[in-house]
Amino acid sequence: MSSLSKRRDVRLADKLFFWGVRLIALLLVATLIAMAFFLTNASHLALRETGFWSFLTQSTWDPVRDIYGALPVVYGTLVSSALGLLIAFPLSIGIALFINEIAPDSIARLVGFLVEMLAAIPSVIYGLWGIFVLVPFLRVSVQPFLISNFGFLPLFQGPAYGVGMFSAGVVLSLMIIPTISSLAREVFAAIPRSQREGALALGATRWEMIKLAVLESSKAGMFGAMMLGLGRALGETMAVTMVIGNRAQIVASLFAPAQTMSSVIANEYAEATSDIHLSSLALVGLMLFVVTFLTSGLARLLIWRVTRSQRKLK
Amino acid sequence: MTSLRKQIGDFTRLRYKRRKALSLFVSFLLFSAAAIGVASLLAVFGYVVWQGLPFVNLDFFTSIPKPVGESGGGMANALVGTVLMVGLGSLIGIPWGIFTGVYLSEYGRGKFAFVVRFCSDMLSSVPSIVVGLFIYVLIVKPMQHFSGLAGSLALAIIMVPIIARNTEELLKLVPNHMREAGLALGIPRWKVTLWIVLRGSIGGITTGVMLAIARVAGETAPLLFTALNNQFFQLRPDQPMASLPVQIYTYAISPFEEWNHQAWAGAFVLVVFVFLMNLVTRLLLKPTRTGARE
Repeated sequence: MSSLSKRRDVRLADKLFFWGVRLIALLLVATLIAMAFFLTNASHLALRETGFWSFLTQSTWDPVRDIYGALPVVYGTLVSSALGLLIAFPLSIGIALFINEIAPDSIARLVGFLVEMLAAIPSVIYGLWGIFVLVPFLRVSVQPFLISNFGFLPLFQGPAYGVGMFSAGVVLSLMIIPTISSLAREVFAAIPRSQREGALALGATRWEMIKLAVLESSKAGMFGAMMLGLGRALGETMAVTMVIGNRAQIVASLFAPAQTMSSVIANEYAEATSDIHLSSLALVGLMLFVVTFLTSGLARLLIWRVTRSQRKLK
Repeated sequence: MTSLRKQIGDFTRLRYKRRKALSLFVSFLLFSAAAIGVASLLAVFGYVVWQGLPFVNLDFFTSIPKPVGESGGGMANALVGTVLMVGLGSLIGIPWGIFTGVYLSEYGRGKFAFVVRFCSDMLSSVPSIVVGLFIYVLIVKPMQHFSGLAGSLALAIIMVPIIARNTEELLKLVPNHMREAGLALGIPRWKVTLWIVLRGSIGGITTGVMLAIARVAGETAPLLFTALNNQFFQLRPDQPMASLPVQIYTYAISPFEEWNHQAWAGAFVLVVFVFLMNLVTRLLLKPTRTGARE
């Protein structure tokens, strides 16, 4: 009798434990849903007053006159991220190939560790370094060089302010290198060894082997890594806020100050007083949430599919 | 495969020396990419040490900020604030993350688990400023003022997906026969999960937790309008609270040289903390990883 009731207790305890951990896991899902809900709720006023479409296409963001158009900050986010990606992507693929395919084990481990450390440095420290080291360096040496040699392009015209889109892109590139390179390494590592050996056995040099056996079959995975890097760049806040100059404008020159979606929130939210200002900033936040959600979702789907299919091949 | 053979055939038509030289050149390019990556890290780290170390002194750790114009002062209140908020955030985030990981690893099959895993991944890619915005709307606004508690909650939300993912992966490495052995002895499943599976991977879970702590200790964006800042000591979690990253930010963008020095000193302390945590985790992680793989 007593053993029977004990068994029932055990079963009850097991059930309780199961539902307990399940509830905790559910809390995570609920948080994400609540995030979407509360952000939508907070941006309700801006949506009603301006309407989503005109909010997105209006090119003036001026809190003093209570005019809120998100186009300049969306432009700032897209251009600075694209610039960051343009610098970071080739570098990251190079780093990943160097570590996985070329370097001897001990060096590979060291370089891998050091590059991963780039991801550990807090964003605010990149910002501090950007203000006092990178921006003066770019203003004095890199930007004048680009202006005098490529000044015929509208991208490189105008005075070299230092702070601006260009500096933001460079800082962003440093911050997303570890993300892209570690994912690219994962993708490259999923390629079966036999494929590399096959290429080498057919007489390919090391670069030909990399091109044929590694790069050729990891296009989708590299695209996924790039998208995840992009996702990180889009949402990056502090470092960008500190070096981009914080002026919501659309100018062709990369050297001019700009503003991004995340930096406008960081700069103005704590000081915003009018309801419409707060609500407009929340709407920018909601847009940021949705965009990073989509990019990261797509990226993960790609990487997941690639590594799964490669594992099957193995 | 035919195209592969055809392409290799094309290559053999080129002279071998040229191909070899090209290969060497590309290897050099790849090496340069790695060198640039490592050099960037050294440039950031080196500057932080060079600029920060001279201004780290006892005052930095023991006094609160001085008004503009007065020299000296420190970040004691910000350090205490960071410790408090990270601590409070950990109290919420660590159990939440670990048990989410336990659920995913031990019961994680089927549709609901897929949704949880997906949401965890998505939550980890939500920009931290958006998390701050969420907490502002959820907590700061109804409470009518900024508070350290709100900041901790924002940090906890950032910690959860990191810890959950890590815990799940580690628990999956525990071989099934360990679970079966426990169950065969008549130990109930929940005890097997807690005392055999979870306890066995405690080392790895600890490293994941440490990495999550290192990550949130440097977070600035989610604290900007949740905990805000405070120029004085504040131990009550329902009041605005200073933190090291926010203080670094405030000082970095200020026009006063004295404050800029303080920002560098703060950056030095923060970077040393983060690097030490990462190094220790590396050293801890090595034995568990290789041990689990065998």
